[in-house]
Amino acid sequence: MDAQTIIARRIALELRDGMLVNLGIGIPTQVANYVPRDIHVFFQSENGLIGTGAVPDEGMHHRLLTDAGGRPVTALPGACTFDSAMSFGLIRGGHLDMTVLGGLQVDQSGHLANWMIPGKMVPGMGGAMDLASGAKRVVIAMQHTAKGNSKLVKKCTLPLTSARPIDLLVTELAVIAFPGGRATLQETAPGVSIQQVLDATEAELEVPAQVPAMAL
Amino acid sequence: MRTLALNAAVSLIPDGASLMIGGFMGVGTPERVVDELVRQGKRDLTVIANDTALPGTGIGKLISAGLVRKVIASHIGLNPETQKKMIAGEIQVELVPQGTLIERIRAGGFGLGGILTATGVGTVVEEGKQKVAVAGKDYLVEPALRADFALVNAFLADYLGNLTYALTGRNFNPVIAMAAETVIVEADNIVPVGLISPDHVVTPAPLVDYLIAQG
Repeated sequence: MDAQTIIARRIALELRDGMLVNLGIGIPTQVANYVPRDIHVFFQSENGLIGTGAVPDEGMHHRLLTDAGGRPVTALPGACTFDSAMSFGLIRGGHLDMTVLGGLQVDQSGHLANWMIPGKMVPGMGGAMDLASGAKRVVIAMQHTAKGNSKLVKKCTLPLTSARPIDLLVTELAVIAFPGGRATLQETAPGVSIQQVLDATEAELEVPAQVPAMAL
Repeated sequence: MRTLALNAAVSLIPDGASLMIGGFMGVGTPERVVDELVRQGKRDLTVIANDTALPGTGIGKLISAGLVRKVIASHIGLNPETQKKMIAGEIQVELVPQGTLIERIRAGGFGLGGILTATGVGTVVEEGKQKVAVAGKDYLVEPALRADFALVNAFLADYLGNLTYALTGRNFNPVIAMAAETVIVEADNIVPVGLISPDHVVTPAPLVDYLIAQG
């Protein structure tokens, strides 16, 4: 299993029947491929759709039906559409059960930076700040390191997306939660030792006595 | 509501005007209006919209043609030309979280002075803004936004100007239709009165100033 698949499959295990969930661009989008068969999850696209379905077959797209990245999607039976004020009312108003976002950095107190690299990349925050501040549960899908450097850091050096800490970080090496504002190892990926996680991590990581492997 | 030809409707827009434009990555953007703005060579426009789409698509065409002085948007990341012109100082860009942007526009159209939102608290977004605590929680004061013109793309318009939208083409359109001095609508389909049932009208006809005739 490659890194992205491990992350997406593990996050899919966080889904529960009836949840309203928003998936960000990149690895988060792949979570939709691993929804457990016995549950129904409502996926929101913040451009105004609940019930986002798969990419349409060749020639079956509609120019007015896309995901938040502007790519053609389908709408599942029971889907609904709405304007952007409603869409972000759902996000900020406590109606969105979970958001899965990508990350540039997460720090040991759970703060997220994922929207800009000063001087290099200034795309705009889009919906990321509303999602990170407003969703009931914020889950980050992020590779553990970039170019050999830990992305789980002591303190974010990039501009924060929200002052509110995230709830769960899933990487290809580990699952990390932030109880009491301290990064705490919850699970390791199959075949990955605690030491390997620590070696790849700049942040101070609490390690409980029992750390199970991801049940993928 | 008056029906106008495309060129006549766009002629109403002076250089230097502020425009709210519907659309999300070009989906639900009035493309004929955009093309006519380019053809008429408007100058110094302020564009308020979710994003600047891609080069060659929707609002991206206005950017490429050099018609825009200022952009207020949530995302410009998929249009490298906007980023290039921003870095070169040719376009002023104000980046606003998407939920804050649409809610500032909604406030502008609903007679409110602004909104309180927790989005952006503790980030660079709060710089220079008033912060207030309500029931122990911090919020940013975000002022209402209005514009000279709203350029709306509807899926159906009836002869009176009642509008509905389709699928994800709705996005900013019904909200900007409340928040501008003059509302110009490009509809994909113009249909007889009664075809849109009262329960399905999203934007009521009295909000629409000009409906662009089919070409």
